[in-house]
Amino acid sequence: MQRIGVFVCWCGSNIAATVDVHKVAETLAKEPGVVFSTNYQYMCSQAGQEMIQEAIHTHKLTGVVICSCSPRMHEGTFRKTCAAAGLNPYMVEIANIREQCSWIHKDMAEATEKAVILGRAAIAKVHLNAPLTAGTSPVTKRALVIGGGIAGIQTALDIADAGYEVDIVEKKPTIGGKMTQIDKTFPTLDCAACILTPKMVDAAQNEKIHIYSYSEVESVKGFVGNFHVTIRKKARFVDETKCTGCGDCTTKCPQKNVPNEFNLGMDNRRAIYIPFAQAVPKIATIDADYCTMLKTGKCGICSKVCAAGAIDYQQKDQLVEEEYGAIVVATGFDPISVEKFDEYAYSQSPDVVTSLEFERLMNAAGPTNGTLLRPSDKTHPHTLVFVQCVGSRCDGDGRGKSYCSKICCMYTAKHAMLCREKYPDTDVYVFYIDVRTPGKNFDEFYRRAVEEYGVHYIKGQVGKVVPENGKLKVQASDLLSNEQIHIDADMVILAAAIEPDKSARPLATMLTASMDTNDFFTEAHPKLRPVESPTAGIFLSGACQGPKDIPETVAQASAAAAKVLGLLAKDNLTCNPCVAQPDEMMCNGCSSCEKVCPYGAITYSDKEFRGPNRTTLIRRVASVNPAVCQGCGACTVACPSGAMDLKGFSNKQIMAEVDAICK
Amino acid sequence: MIMSYFPGCTLKTKGKELDTYGRKAAEALGFTLEELPDWQCCGAVYPMAKDEIATKLSSVRALVAARDLGQDLVTLCSACHHVIKRVNGDMKNDPNMQLKANNYMGLDVPYTGETNVLHYLEVLRDRIGFDVLKEKVVKPLTGRKIAAYYGCMLLRPSKEMQMDNPENPTIMEDFIRAIGAEPVIYAMRNECCGGYVTLENKDFAAKKASAIMDNAKNQGADCVITACPLCMYNLKENGGSDLPVYYFTQLLAEALGVD
Repeated sequence: MQRIGVFVCWCGSNIAATVDVHKVAETLAKEPGVVFSTNYQYMCSQAGQEMIQEAIHTHKLTGVVICSCSPRMHEGTFRKTCAAAGLNPYMVEIANIREQCSWIHKDMAEATEKAVILGRAAIAKVHLNAPLTAGTSPVTKRALVIGGGIAGIQTALDIADAGYEVDIVEKKPTIGGKMTQIDKTFPTLDCAACILTPKMVDAAQNEKIHIYSYSEVESVKGFVGNFHVTIRKKARFVDETKCTGCGDCTTKCPQKNVPNEFNLGMDNRRAIYIPFAQAVPKIATIDADYCTMLKTGKCGICSKVCAAGAIDYQQKDQLVEEEYGAIVVATGFDPISVEKFDEYAYSQSPDVVTSLEFERLMNAAGPTNGTLLRPSDKTHPHTLVFVQCVGSRCDGDGRGKSYCSKICCMYTAKHAMLCREKYPDTDVYVFYIDVRTPGKNFDEFYRRAVEEYGVHYIKGQVGKVVPENGKLKVQASDLLSNEQIHIDADMVILAAAIEPDKSARPLATMLTASMDTNDFFTEAHPKLRPVESPTAGIFLSGACQGPKDIPETVAQASAAAAKVLGLLAKDNLTCNPCVAQPDEMMCNGCSSCEKVCPYGAITYSDKEFRGPNRTTLIRRVASVNPAVCQGCGACTVACPSGAMDLKGFSNKQIMAEVDAICK
Repeated sequence: MIMSYFPGCTLKTKGKELDTYGRKAAEALGFTLEELPDWQCCGAVYPMAKDEIATKLSSVRALVAARDLGQDLVTLCSACHHVIKRVNGDMKNDPNMQLKANNYMGLDVPYTGETNVLHYLEVLRDRIGFDVLKEKVVKPLTGRKIAAYYGCMLLRPSKEMQMDNPENPTIMEDFIRAIGAEPVIYAMRNECCGGYVTLENKDFAAKKASAIMDNAKNQGADCVITACPLCMYNLKENGGSDLPVYYFTQLLAEALGVD
């Protein structure tokens, strides 16, 4: 018979205001096996924990039931408390009388009765608990960062700085991400390239960092501390070890009409290209969709002009296998397609541009060499209309996103301000739903745009943009003066909502990392564990987790690196002992469990068993790799013969709880 | 291919061209529009009130008749299409409407939105195929620059009409390409023509219609096509433009050589 102690927590008034904690403690004291029962204001406080430890010693407790908040909150805390007092941590059970009781009930009598029932169920379970010992698994001291934007670069630099090996996998030919396309950064207006490119070079030169550019993650197997990753190095038809980045090929290639993605298709590049001057690695890549040689076998000019002999038309995709202890997702974002918002005439007029396109039009390395010119006729625009929330905060109609994209208010203020500063003869209008500028020096920045730079901020939305006679006729509403406004603009700039990169969803499936309905990666806890995925060993960096500006991205990137370092610094990881275990005598070898296991933890093998009359039987039975099993319990439900059981959550324990509740 | 056809009142009076050329072109394309027996007015305006049942019943009768014939129901007039398609949606998805309409009608087999309502343009796109139409064109309208005018009724609300992207539609432009002409994209193509407002505030309707006609002309169109008799009226009478306006079926028949 167990000797069980019951500890009822008030949680200040969170529980005690709705549940009669004294009555709960008194009632549960009469349960079989309970030798001690008490209540206390804050059981998780130091005094509360000491009370538990003292009771374990004084009353020689073999099991502990704590009636408090959700086990997700403090199960770990109380397990540690009991372990320190010499009790096996898996002899502790939590009865959740806060989230599942006091918070959702109003009537005290009802809530108290329910709290007693929940406590009784936990006591019934503890009676059947057995001490469990956690095993360990070794940690591969190397990290993988997926995505080489500012988030991925910062995470990799921080990990490398602490002395650990880290690989960056970037799907584009160069690292740098979206920030390479940005001209100036808010709220300081320093040049994005000037602060980013040194970091890109640092990453390339760091001995601990290896960059797989133009590569994608093909598959991920394993678990925290022991990931096996296959990386696909896409054929770039240029030998990376030979190419010097001289750029001769990119000026001689006769295929000149390839839309240049770096400038969002506003100018052209060649079929063999280096994305931009500061690309890292500075290696040419052949675009197989446009290369005449690869398509027809006739040309070969780049090969002739390459002094290093780096061109290799026969190159194939290459698969590389690597081992990692931790994986950081830094896949970033993309602006949404504004195709569904054609009331703004984006597809009808080249003078309607997205904010990222405008960024390139203002940039010295952009298609206009930094002079702002209307794309249609290359003239200087005088009236510019910025439309905010194109697809952000968009409810119900299925065109856009319900969330706020967070960065648009600030970059629009930046664009408007830069435009007025560089070209004082321009009239600049910004249409907004709300101006949202929380952040250090952010609101001051927006106020400067309005007060010092004379940008016309108008609360209201644009309803229609009509391209006519070389102008863009903008029809909008001014909600504060309740008037319809008509503006003849030269350019309209759309602040498109941002969404996670398209590669995020398939990657999440590979990593078994959870996502929200918008395909942003979900964090383990929205407040307390913001840079970890709920899947152990997977960390989140940057806009893949939610819309973010550069300072926030860098902060999260370093936070993710800190979490990775905490993992890599360990030689061994404690495994979860609550794993599945088959009863080999009951297993009929049907493979049902193997099929449902999402972690590939179950294997089958032939084993010898003693049969009747000294015979030997060979039977096919399941076995579970405890290091891989995550204890989800899917197999225990799938098993038709009831052979599979989850340690700490056996069928018997669950039934005992149900019986106690139904008593 | 035989389909049930709901012409609507205006197509028998002011908008005869829309109807006549539509039928002729259909025959040339190998499908027959079989006019529903004893059809009534669609209701003309889709009532937004949830408890407005009686005014939707005439549309339900047309839908039931097509169901009983086992045929898809084809419409030509934007307004009729709008009303019938949305009433059909109600009969499919609104249990209150379904119950009350069926109680009133006292049908042997209750109606629950089974009929497939197609606009003539959808028949061309989804049943005939614009590529097939292109092959059947005998007098391609080469060199013509045509502005498609959609108006409000044909595409919106897009969740119910399910025809095309309401802000960036392509169905009429693809149609124009199929008959050998060049479509003119202009921003006002899906704006309101003024609608029934012309009855009480002609100036306002004129402002709306002329903005559309001016935009089409400025973008280089030599004519405008529509699928709606009311749009036709507003663009012609209130548009204040010398640009001709046609029903799309007129040009279709011309291209097929059946006029």
